Amino acid sequence: MLSFVLQRIVKGVIVLLAIIVMNFFLIRLAPGDPASVMAGEAGASDQVFVTQLREKFGLDKPLPEQLLIYVKGVLSLDLGFSFRQQMPVSKLIMERLPATLLLTLTAFVISLVLGIFFGTLAARWPGTWADTAITVGALVFYATPLFWIALIAILLFSVQLDWLPSFGYETVGANYSGFAHAIDVGAHLIMPAMTIGLFFMATYTRMTRASMLEVKRLDFIKTARAKGLTQNVIQRRHVLRNALLPVVTLAGLHTGTLIGGAVLTETVFAWPGIGRLMYEALLQRDYNLLLGVFVVCSAMVLIFNLVTDLVYRLVDPRIEFTT
Amino acid sequence: MMFKRAVMGFALACCLGSAVSAQEPKMGGTINAVIQPEPPGLNLAMIQNGPTQMVSGNIFEGLLRYSPKLEPLPGLAESWTISEDGKVYTFKLKPGVTWHDGKPFTSADVLFSIDMLKQTHARARGNLVQLEKVEAPDDLTVVFTLKQPFGPFIGIFEVGSMPMVPKHLYEGTDFKTNPYNNAPVGTGPFMFKEWQKGSFIHLVKNPNYHEKGKPYIDDIYWQIIPDAAARSVAFETGKVDVLPGGSVENFDVPRLSKLKDVCITGAGWEFFSPLAWMWLNNRSGPTANKKIRQAIMYAVDRDFAKDVIWNGLGKVATGPSASTIKFYTDDVPKYPYDPAKAKALLKEAGYNGEKIRLMPLPYGETWQRWGEAVKQNLQDVGLNIETVATDVPGHNQKVGDWDYDITFSYLYQYGDPALGVARNYISSQIAKGQVFNNVEGYSNPEVDKLFAEGANATPDSKRKEIYEKAQKILVEDVPVAWLLELQFPTITHCKIKNLITTAIGVNDGFRDAWIDK
Repeated sequence: MLSFVLQRIVKGVIVLLAIIVMNFFLIRLAPGDPASVMAGEAGASDQVFVTQLREKFGLDKPLPEQLLIYVKGVLSLDLGFSFRQQMPVSKLIMERLPATLLLTLTAFVISLVLGIFFGTLAARWPGTWADTAITVGALVFYATPLFWIALIAILLFSVQLDWLPSFGYETVGANYSGFAHAIDVGAHLIMPAMTIGLFFMATYTRMTRASMLEVKRLDFIKTARAKGLTQNVIQRRHVLRNALLPVVTLAGLHTGTLIGGAVLTETVFAWPGIGRLMYEALLQRDYNLLLGVFVVCSAMVLIFNLVTDLVYRLVDPRIEFTT
Repeated sequence: MMFKRAVMGFALACCLGSAVSAQEPKMGGTINAVIQPEPPGLNLAMIQNGPTQMVSGNIFEGLLRYSPKLEPLPGLAESWTISEDGKVYTFKLKPGVTWHDGKPFTSADVLFSIDMLKQTHARARGNLVQLEKVEAPDDLTVVFTLKQPFGPFIGIFEVGSMPMVPKHLYEGTDFKTNPYNNAPVGTGPFMFKEWQKGSFIHLVKNPNYHEKGKPYIDDIYWQIIPDAAARSVAFETGKVDVLPGGSVENFDVPRLSKLKDVCITGAGWEFFSPLAWMWLNNRSGPTANKKIRQAIMYAVDRDFAKDVIWNGLGKVATGPSASTIKFYTDDVPKYPYDPAKAKALLKEAGYNGEKIRLMPLPYGETWQRWGEAVKQNLQDVGLNIETVATDVPGHNQKVGDWDYDITFSYLYQYGDPALGVARNYISSQIAKGQVFNNVEGYSNPEVDKLFAEGANATPDSKRKEIYEKAQKILVEDVPVAWLLELQFPTITHCKIKNLITTAIGVNDGFRDAWIDK
C-alpha cells in the first residue's frame, strides 16, 4: 500500500507540473493583463504608469523566462506575489483555504449522506409515491442553477423569515468566541453549504438508486434471500455496500466540481474562500494568484482522488492496490 | 391675524429648536458600510481605485479639502497664500498633528510624499508637471514654486489626489512590498485596526485626531460583499447602513430608496463629476467621418437612457465638461434626439452599411442594458452595428490597442478642465496602450493650443473665455459622443447623519458622521 501511495504522489507531482505549464500559457491567452486592469482601476494612467506596472510584475520579460521563474518558485514552495493584492500568494491562499475547506467538506458530507439516504429509500420501495417524490425532488435540484437556489434561499431565509444571515463567514464585529462562535459560523454556513450540497445530493440520490436496483437483480442477492436474511440486512450489508462503489467513484471525481461550485456560491454569499479569490483573480488577470489557486485546487483534487482509491479498498475488500 | 402670525412664529421657533437639538451630533456607535470590489491595498499613494479611496480617505488626509462648490477648505494645511504672479503657493500646516503611531506630522512628510507620489501616482505626476520646486523653510511651512502659473493648482490637494504618507515608515523602503500598504498609518480621523481579506476592513476612532471632538463614530466596518444583489439584501436586512454610490445595480435604487427610514443623496460627487460618453474611433472606419459622428449624436436617445436605464438619475451631457465643474458652458451646438437628421447626415456622409463594432462597458447590468439601447438606436437610423462582448481586462486591452469603433466609458473631471477634460482631447495624450485619455485619436492643433493656454492663463475670466471656445469646437467636431453626467447616489439608513460634507463625498472619510440612536 505504501509503494502505491508513493507512486501516486510522484505521478501527482508530474500532473501538477503539467497543469502549471498548461495554465501558465492558457491564462495568458485571455486578452488584457494585470497592468491594464490596474491602470483602468486607477481612473488615470499614462504610459509611464503602465510600463512601471509591467516592469514591477516582471511582465516585460519573455514568456519562457517568466515560466521558468514561476516553476522555480513553485518547486521551492513559493507561489509568487499577487500583483493586485500586493501580498504573497501563499499567504492569501492560506488565509482563505480554511473557509473553502469548511464549505466544500460540509457540502460534500451533506450531499453524500442525504444522497445515499434518499437513494436507498427510493430503491427500497421502487415505483411507490416515496420513490417518485424523491426522484422528482432530485431532478429539480439537479436541474436548477446554483445561483438561482442561492438567491431564492437568501430571499426566503434572510429577507422574508430573517432566520439566517445572508452573507459572510461570521457576524462582523460580534467578536464571539468558543461555542458561540461555532454556532455563528454554522448559521452562516447553512445556506452556502446547502446550495452546493443539494446539487450533488441529487446526483448521489439518482446514482445510489440506480446502482442499488441493479445490484438487487444479481444472483447473490437471491442467495441471501434464500438464506433467510431479512430485507433490511440484505439492503444494508449486500445491496448498499456493493452499490456504493460507483457512488464513491463519482464522489471522488466531484471534488474538482465542488470547488467549481464554490466559486459561484462563495461570490453570492460573500463567503471568504478561495473560490471567490479565484474568480476575482481571473477578472483582474492576477496571473500569479490565479495559478496559485489552480495549483492548490489541483493538489486537492489529486489528494481526494488518492483518498477515494483508498476508500475503494475499504468498501470492496476484493480490490487490490496495483502500481 | 397678528395672533396667527405669532403662533406660527412660535411653532416655527419650536420646530427649529427641536431640529437644531436633533442635529446635535451624538458620540459613539458603529457604521457598517459596503465596499466593492475589495481594495487591492490601502495606501492611497500606491493605489487610486475607488474602493481604496473610500476606505483610506478615513485614514489618510490631504493638505486641503473642498466644499461642494469646489472652494478649498483647510485640511492638514490650516492656511495658504498664493503669490500675485500665481507661481508661489505657501501652505501653513496645522500644528500638533500626529500620525497614528504618535510621530509628529511635519513639512518633511509633505516633501517626502510629493517625491513618492511622483513615482507612484499617475495623476499626481501629471498634476505636478508644472512644479519647479517644493521647499520646507520650517516644520510647519511648505512652499510650492511653479514654472509658470497653473490655474487648477489649488485644486490638486484633496486626499485622493495628493495623500500625505509618513516619511518615517516609507523612506528607504521598497514601496511595493512595504507592510504598511495593507496596515496603513495616516493622520486621519480613523485608524486601521484589522483587515480580514474577503470579509471586512475594520477602522477605529483616532482618539488623538487633530479636530477636537471628532470623529463621533467609534468603529467603521467596511463589509466586502461581491454580489450586487447580496449587497442590496444586506442593506435591506439592516446588516449594512451605507451603500456608497455604485454599490447596487441601478434598477435596485428606486426600490431601496422607497424602504422605510432610507435616505438617498446624489451629493459628494462634485469634484469627480463623472461624465459618460462613447469613444468613437477617429482614426479609421466609419466613425473617422465627422458627419457620421454627428449622426450618432442625433441618433442616440439620451433622455431615454437617463429616464429608463438610469432611473431618472443624472443629466444629459451637453459636451466635454460636466455642468458642475469650472468654466462649463451650455452655449454649444446642440444634439437633440433626431433620427431623421441622423439619417440625413449618414446619407450626406455616404455611409454604405459598413459594419461598426460596438463594445459595451463590462461594468454590470446597467451598462449592458445601455449598450443594447444604443445599439437599437443606431440600427434604427441605418447603422450596421455588431456588438463585441468583453470582460474588463479584455475591454481595457481593446481600448488601449484602439481596436474598437464605438465603446463606452466614463471619466472623472476633477473639478477643472485642465485636470480632467483636456487629457481626453489633446494630441499629446494619444499613446497606444493607455486605457484612458485620448484613446479616440482626436487631433486638432487649435484645441491643443487652447487647452495649453487655458491651463496657464490668469485670471479665471481669461481661462473661462479659452475653455468656452474649446468646448464649442469640440462639440462641433464630436470626437466622442457625450451621453450623461452620471449620478451615483449614496444610500443610507436615515439614522446616519452628516455623512457627506465635501465635494468628494464618502471618499473624504466619516469624520463628521454620527448616528442618531
